[in-house]
Amino acid sequence: MSDFLRELHDPDIPVPEGIQSAVAVTRLDKLLSTVYNWGRHYSVWPMAFGLACCAIEMIAAASSRYDQARFGMEVLRPSPRQADLMIVSGTVTKKMVVPIVRLYNQMPEPKYVLAMGACASGGGPFKEGYNVVSGIDNFLPVDVYVPGCPPTPQALLHGFITLIKKLDSQNLGNRNSMPWYSRGPSDAVPIPVLGPDIIDPRQLHLIRRYAAQPEPADESAAVEAEA
Amino acid sequence: MTEHAPTADTVLPADDALNQLSARFGDALQRDTRPGYEGLIVDPDHLVAVATALRDDLGYDYLASATAVDYLGKGDHFEMVYHLCQTSGGPPLVLKAQTPRETATLPSLVGVWPGAEFQEREAWDLMGIRFEGHPDLRRILMWEGFAGHPLRKDWKEAYYEQDQKPFDSRWPGGHVRRAEELVPYGRNVRYPDGFSPEDYEEIAETPQARGLSSLGPGVEVEELATDRLVVNLGPQHPSTHGVFRMSIMLSGEEIVSLKPIMGYLHRNHEKIGERNTFIQNMPFTDRLDYICSLSNNLGYALAVEKLMALGARYQPPTYRAEVIRVLMAELTRIVNHIWAIGFLLNDLGAYFTPMMYVINERELILDFFEAVTGSRMMCNYMRFGGVAADLPERMRSEAQLLNDRVRDVNTMEYLRDLITERLPRAIDQIDTYLTTSEVVTNRCIGVGVLTREDAIATSAAGPVLRASGVPYDVRRADPYSIYPELEFDVACRTHGDVYDRYLIRLDELHQSLRILNQILPRLVDTEGEPIFAGRGGMYSPRVPAGEAYGRVENPKGELGFYVVSDGGQNPWRYHVRAPSFINLTPLERMCVGHKVADVVAILGSIDIVLGETDR
Repeated sequence: MSDFLRELHDPDIPVPEGIQSAVAVTRLDKLLSTVYNWGRHYSVWPMAFGLACCAIEMIAAASSRYDQARFGMEVLRPSPRQADLMIVSGTVTKKMVVPIVRLYNQMPEPKYVLAMGACASGGGPFKEGYNVVSGIDNFLPVDVYVPGCPPTPQALLHGFITLIKKLDSQNLGNRNSMPWYSRGPSDAVPIPVLGPDIIDPRQLHLIRRYAAQPEPADESAAVEAEA
Repeated sequence: MTEHAPTADTVLPADDALNQLSARFGDALQRDTRPGYEGLIVDPDHLVAVATALRDDLGYDYLASATAVDYLGKGDHFEMVYHLCQTSGGPPLVLKAQTPRETATLPSLVGVWPGAEFQEREAWDLMGIRFEGHPDLRRILMWEGFAGHPLRKDWKEAYYEQDQKPFDSRWPGGHVRRAEELVPYGRNVRYPDGFSPEDYEEIAETPQARGLSSLGPGVEVEELATDRLVVNLGPQHPSTHGVFRMSIMLSGEEIVSLKPIMGYLHRNHEKIGERNTFIQNMPFTDRLDYICSLSNNLGYALAVEKLMALGARYQPPTYRAEVIRVLMAELTRIVNHIWAIGFLLNDLGAYFTPMMYVINERELILDFFEAVTGSRMMCNYMRFGGVAADLPERMRSEAQLLNDRVRDVNTMEYLRDLITERLPRAIDQIDTYLTTSEVVTNRCIGVGVLTREDAIATSAAGPVLRASGVPYDVRRADPYSIYPELEFDVACRTHGDVYDRYLIRLDELHQSLRILNQILPRLVDTEGEPIFAGRGGMYSPRVPAGEAYGRVENPKGELGFYVVSDGGQNPWRYHVRAPSFINLTPLERMCVGHKVADVVAILGSIDIVLGETDR
């Protein structure tokens, strides 16, 4: 208990010597944050959502040998409405990123994204493919990256622990740390469109600039010629 | 050990077919005389007639694989390659039809072999060959509206650097250059010249693109009881085993028609494979059917070895290498089948409990894989002419888990215990708990029936084909490795329903154990023998020009690799005949007439893996 108290205690506030082991004095927001984070950090519900090879290791992590129930994370919810954590477990293709963004928008806040494996983190071995998105962070904010191809269940558990640490560091007194308590709804991530290639609405200005007036401002050709 | 080398007294299937058919078709049917190539080239005008004759008169009732090759700069034509088999066994007959690149049109063979349906759609999608007479020619892996046909040799992806690896840019002047820097958008995207996002109207999700028009008539509000309803299942659905999607037309609870929509995990395996060198493709094959990476390795190794055998200095794999290959392939089969059974029960509503049991056993096998190959799942273990490493003497576990059986044990003892004690017990346990379970029998018997004729016609493979009463197993029909000297039976069931597809996996588990019991003494006998034929050449094999089709009996069905080489360092064409993909062709036939809840069980009994379906 005393470890917990020492962590909670604000070192700037003096406490009489004799009661130090039993008393912690701290600011209200820190106390509330600690209790709030303690309440949620052992009950993060991931979405039951497998994309590719990594999903198999994710299932293995949920089995009895690795037992992710130890972290309160065994409740895999098939519906995004009930999930707190999206584990992007595998290669994100252009065709799949549309439903992924839609699912992310459907998750209630606070929500977290864990990019599992090389593909979800940066495209991985399939990066050069014409239908592959170079990492889900092109579209969604990612909280934890887990390296590996695929990551072992141990690595995924480490990713969970990292996420819990991040969750513990979030502060109720800081609006930027917990944006879901700010006024008004959060912005939804714009949903990409399947055109001649994937169209990210946030890149429309670039597409207008480079594709609509191709020559001679075709920079890709220029860069290639340079190389 | 090469079973495929023709001897003097065997008649090649192509010669035999030519002898019998040349009188009827004359010059329209010719022997493929290019060095390293085999089979027959048929004039497109006679393609359907020749195919029908091959099916009806010569007994080539099974279309194993159909794919297209782009010979840009080598004759400038597309070539459609069909591998035809007799369900009574024997090597495949290769049939080819060529069409100029400009017109790119061929008659469809869906009328002869319905199994060509998805494969022709794939050829249209990726290669841009139009099939006249195809009932539903839409894109299948990419979306409607995508610019271009990406497997054409003159189509360049956004991150294109060079035609062949290794790229010069990987370390220019000692600096990494990221592919993103090559593209103005900083992303893996490219748009056609003059493309204007404002004027674009998305067609990828239109009813036409989703195949709804081919589902049949839509909502007919004549009387309330007969309304028809379209239900979308997936791509995010816990029972689709990944990112598979179906459009289902329902009349009440009953399925009227069903169209699969795939490509949500299309990661361009074949395009990347054609840029890679031969050996660089080995780790990519791991990621096809990611539950059975080792038998994928074997299929690819066999295909390239077949090509290498056309050259002069080829040495076949050593005996010990073959023994280890079969050991790995059969352990993989056990991993896959217990996983498939666990997931079937998951789909039937038992949720995660049976999975807990089967994953326990799977972990024990994965421990062995990890000790031998260095990786649990993506083993990357087979090489052309052998395997990458011999079995270690002892297995050690680095990560000390609480319920870890492996600390420091003798590998052979571990393997013997696994094969003779642990796995038979586990399989009997599955049998005891599940086979007679009321839930399993009530939901499986008589559901999703696939008749023998339909199974052959739609090119179903593996357990799906054998559960329908066709005892076709590549290990016996077109033997490879050391399977001819091993004793085992081809499991076969006759009802073709979900229950038989479940039972056949149990049968195959027993047969795999039988094979493994014969492998154990061979492993002991060959201890210390070389695992690799010859020296060197392992990473840069000399592959002469030609084509080869390597096929193995993967746990999910016939896995084929069609590889064309032009004599260079990388394959000119690299195609995967994926059992998970082609086994979905009969899905609609199995589902129509059943309740919507049965779709999940039927799909579970086919046992697909999306990495292989979409490639």
